Amino acid sequence: MGEHTIPAPELIKEEILAKYPTKVARKRKKSMVTNDGNKDKALEIQANVRTVPGIITQRGCTYAGCKGVVLGPTRDIINLTHGPIGCGFYSWLTRRNQTKPAEGSEENFMNYCFSTDMQDQNIVFGGEKKLRKAVQEAYDLFHPKAIGIFSTCPVGLIGDDVHAVAREMTAELGDCNVFGFSCEGYKGVSQSAGHHIANNQLFKHVIGTQDKEPEGKFKVNILGEYNIGGDAFELERIFEKAGLTLVSTFSGNSHYNSFANSHFADLNVVMCHRSINYVAEMMETKYGIPWMKVNFIGAESTAKSLRKIAEYFDDKELIQRVEEVIKEETIQIEETVAKLRPNTEGKTAMLFVGGSRAHHYQELFNELGMKTLAAGYEFGHRDDYEGREIIPDIKVDADSRNIEEIKVEKSDEEFRDYTKSDKLEWSEYGGMMRDMESGSLVIDDISHYETEKLIEAYKPDIFCAGIKEKYVVQKSGVPLKQLHSYDYGGPYAGFVGAINFYKDIERMVTTRVWDLVEAPWEKSTQVEAQYAAG
Amino acid sequence: MLLRHTTADVVEREGLTINPVKTCQPVGAMYAALGIHGCLPHSHGSQGCCAYHRSALTRHYKEPVMAGTSSFTEGASVFGGQANLLQAVNNIFTIYDPEIIAVHSTCLSETIGDDLNQILIKAQEDGKVPEGKSVISAPTPSYVGSHITGFSAMVEAMVKYLSINSGKSNGKVNLIPGWVEPCDMRQIKSIAKRMGVENILFPDTSDVLDAPLIGKHQMYPDGGVTKEELVSAGDSIFTIAMGSFASEQAAKLLNKKCNVDYEVLDIPVGIKATDRFIMKLSQTAGVEVPSDFKSERGRLVDVITDQEQYLHGKRVAIFGDPDQLIPLTEFLLDLNMEPVYVVSGTPGKYFEKRIKELFEQYGIDGKVKNGPQADMFLLHQWIKEQGVDLLIGNTYGKYIARDEDLPFLRYGFPIYDRVGHSYFTTLGYEGGLRIVEKILGLFHDRQDRDAPEERFELVM
Repeated sequence: MGEHTIPAPELIKEEILAKYPTKVARKRKKSMVTNDGNKDKALEIQANVRTVPGIITQRGCTYAGCKGVVLGPTRDIINLTHGPIGCGFYSWLTRRNQTKPAEGSEENFMNYCFSTDMQDQNIVFGGEKKLRKAVQEAYDLFHPKAIGIFSTCPVGLIGDDVHAVAREMTAELGDCNVFGFSCEGYKGVSQSAGHHIANNQLFKHVIGTQDKEPEGKFKVNILGEYNIGGDAFELERIFEKAGLTLVSTFSGNSHYNSFANSHFADLNVVMCHRSINYVAEMMETKYGIPWMKVNFIGAESTAKSLRKIAEYFDDKELIQRVEEVIKEETIQIEETVAKLRPNTEGKTAMLFVGGSRAHHYQELFNELGMKTLAAGYEFGHRDDYEGREIIPDIKVDADSRNIEEIKVEKSDEEFRDYTKSDKLEWSEYGGMMRDMESGSLVIDDISHYETEKLIEAYKPDIFCAGIKEKYVVQKSGVPLKQLHSYDYGGPYAGFVGAINFYKDIERMVTTRVWDLVEAPWEKSTQVEAQYAAG
Repeated sequence: MLLRHTTADVVEREGLTINPVKTCQPVGAMYAALGIHGCLPHSHGSQGCCAYHRSALTRHYKEPVMAGTSSFTEGASVFGGQANLLQAVNNIFTIYDPEIIAVHSTCLSETIGDDLNQILIKAQEDGKVPEGKSVISAPTPSYVGSHITGFSAMVEAMVKYLSINSGKSNGKVNLIPGWVEPCDMRQIKSIAKRMGVENILFPDTSDVLDAPLIGKHQMYPDGGVTKEELVSAGDSIFTIAMGSFASEQAAKLLNKKCNVDYEVLDIPVGIKATDRFIMKLSQTAGVEVPSDFKSERGRLVDVITDQEQYLHGKRVAIFGDPDQLIPLTEFLLDLNMEPVYVVSGTPGKYFEKRIKELFEQYGIDGKVKNGPQADMFLLHQWIKEQGVDLLIGNTYGKYIARDEDLPFLRYGFPIYDRVGHSYFTTLGYEGGLRIVEKILGLFHDRQDRDAPEERFELVM
């Protein structure tokens, strides 16, 4: 594999579009772009628009983005799904959010699934009464600091006011912060709407609500890191080694108090731009905390991001320590790459996943000498592809308009002026396309049909997507790496993570089983010839 | 402790379900639809439902699970989903070319009152359904029943839309297997075949959700009951419906619509339920039971007598789906085990009645609960009260098993963390042997692990 001619992307695109009904083709055309490799300005791509009904899509819903992605990884908030049982059930432990509470009494509700399990009479007569009971029962049984209520589709339709119930219950319980999320599945066009809703409510109800300033000289929040496969554990290790104080991670291996005190951080660094840039923006407006985009996927990116952080603090000792850490960790990185790269060099990959991962993981493939032929996001927006500078130009459509925009104001008491060096990039993100080669295909919200056509045409050595795509792709004889759940491996962030990834990818592209797919009697005409001769 | 907040004191709950032993109807409808050859399931609602159901089924079967969605956004939720579904039907036939689309509703489309039947008639009238192709549908709001009743609804839809009595008998027996694994469906077919009983099994996910890897993805794998067979089911001589929760409705409708007599049996789990299945097959088709069944049955009985000491009196907690738990409880009782705590989230009075009858018949002082708040939190609380020797249930049981240090047999849906369940049957005498082997393996491992060195033994 790897040694075949790659067909022209425009031809593949045409072939794909030919199969679609005219209206669908017209729409999909704008979401499929052949990258021109322009580093200054990326081509325009259509993103964050509705999936066409009947198209087999990778996408999920708003509830999944809100409850599953953003709030899911927090261990001591009771996440109560208000709705029929399904939504709560499917988001129960399926996102690999690892967490490490202190031994003994520290709260950890991650392994529990809480639901109001609405029945038809609740749909007819309203579910608020049942919700109130459920909140009370959860409180009586678990005495949590906070309870988040997540609305599912029917809740929005029948008009249950989860926010009113939350307010009442907060007042009634006294020592438990109850807040709601209007994250009904039909809002928006993908999980992305749910991230936004989650961010808003976190900001309104939790962030900055406590005033216990954490100790530490260089205080940082990591935003958009969800501890899949232990990624946050690795970043915690690196931060500690470098002498950085991690106030809060949003929201991998996190807890309520870390959110509530996160406004004491001196810097926000953003990993997954799509899921949480809103929080970074709002914290900057209210508290003055500057933010920068980082990437801890890939050894070089990790080193670069650490240097950026150290440069921000502009402290000699910190800069030196960061250099020492990088130097120390790089030894093993280099050894591993030297050993594995001969087996991965020149191989090809495709990534269709998430809203930042399809960008970040290209870095790891680069380090292995692998080429990314095509990539795209499941729930990205244009800025994730083209860079934040186009945000003012993005047309706000009806689906985005119904997601609450909260007004954030500068807090006179808590606002701090931070020195921002001109040398650093602030609140900026160049997007995925600028980092991709000319001629690569960029496809937003790829469909199943398009996936199959790409595989047929390009025969990549590895395809990256999620569980729904995994076995489809593998049946075609191409290994699939899950980049949402990491195929139950990881961590892949940071230095140790990079090594894990190199090893996993090298294993996957050299695994012998792919040579066994074809049975010997199908492989050659020899057998037939023998029989014929006999 | 993973479930560190669970205590033994049981407090009555009315609003809160914690760690459910059920999920929602549409996932069952999707699974059933995959058991029709050339069928693309379609979820009429917002994308998330479809994504979650495809993920859940994929993680359990480790196979491609294809399905379309109407991709509702707020507009569709306000104005109704007709336009979305019409567009979806057109797109699906154009792009994916299935023989049949099986549409199920979600809580969203049900709440806004979309009438699937009417919309699909319109699709037909508008010429969006190509000649010779079909669309069937089932109402599956998630706030009613469970994944099992959703499965039942789609099987019923197969009869409703397709089965016809032509007046000419096909000489076959209809077999409705309920929600069981692809290998179990294969096993049911195989038992009937060995008996010499011509049959129509529906749905049939064998060779669909355990398809081979041959270097090419088949959108519609070779397996599944064909549309022709589903039509012909109306001409069969008899229907055996396995499991009242998942299979009775379809059998009843087939009786009403096409006059095919039926009987509801338990899913053939364990010795007695398999005996009843084989007897019924023999009676309805007028065939003798071949001698190899006697040998197969005898081998299972032989192993049980050999190993009886390890099973006798062991207390078991089980959770899962009602159609499977009923015969499984009976089988455990026949093994002289004590299934003392039995929990199913799926509502329906028949379940508690049957389990209580079994408790009474075998003299067991056990607890059973299903329906509202019958969840794993309650089961765990019961376990904490008095302890058990074995836990049986789906993957989610591993948290209880680890906290309570219990041998744990994975059984039911979903199983996300092991393989084998879709390949090695637990039905029939052969499947009974597998269940016994698994349980014994757990107890033997436990004994080996816990034995002090001086009592560690080679032969067991």
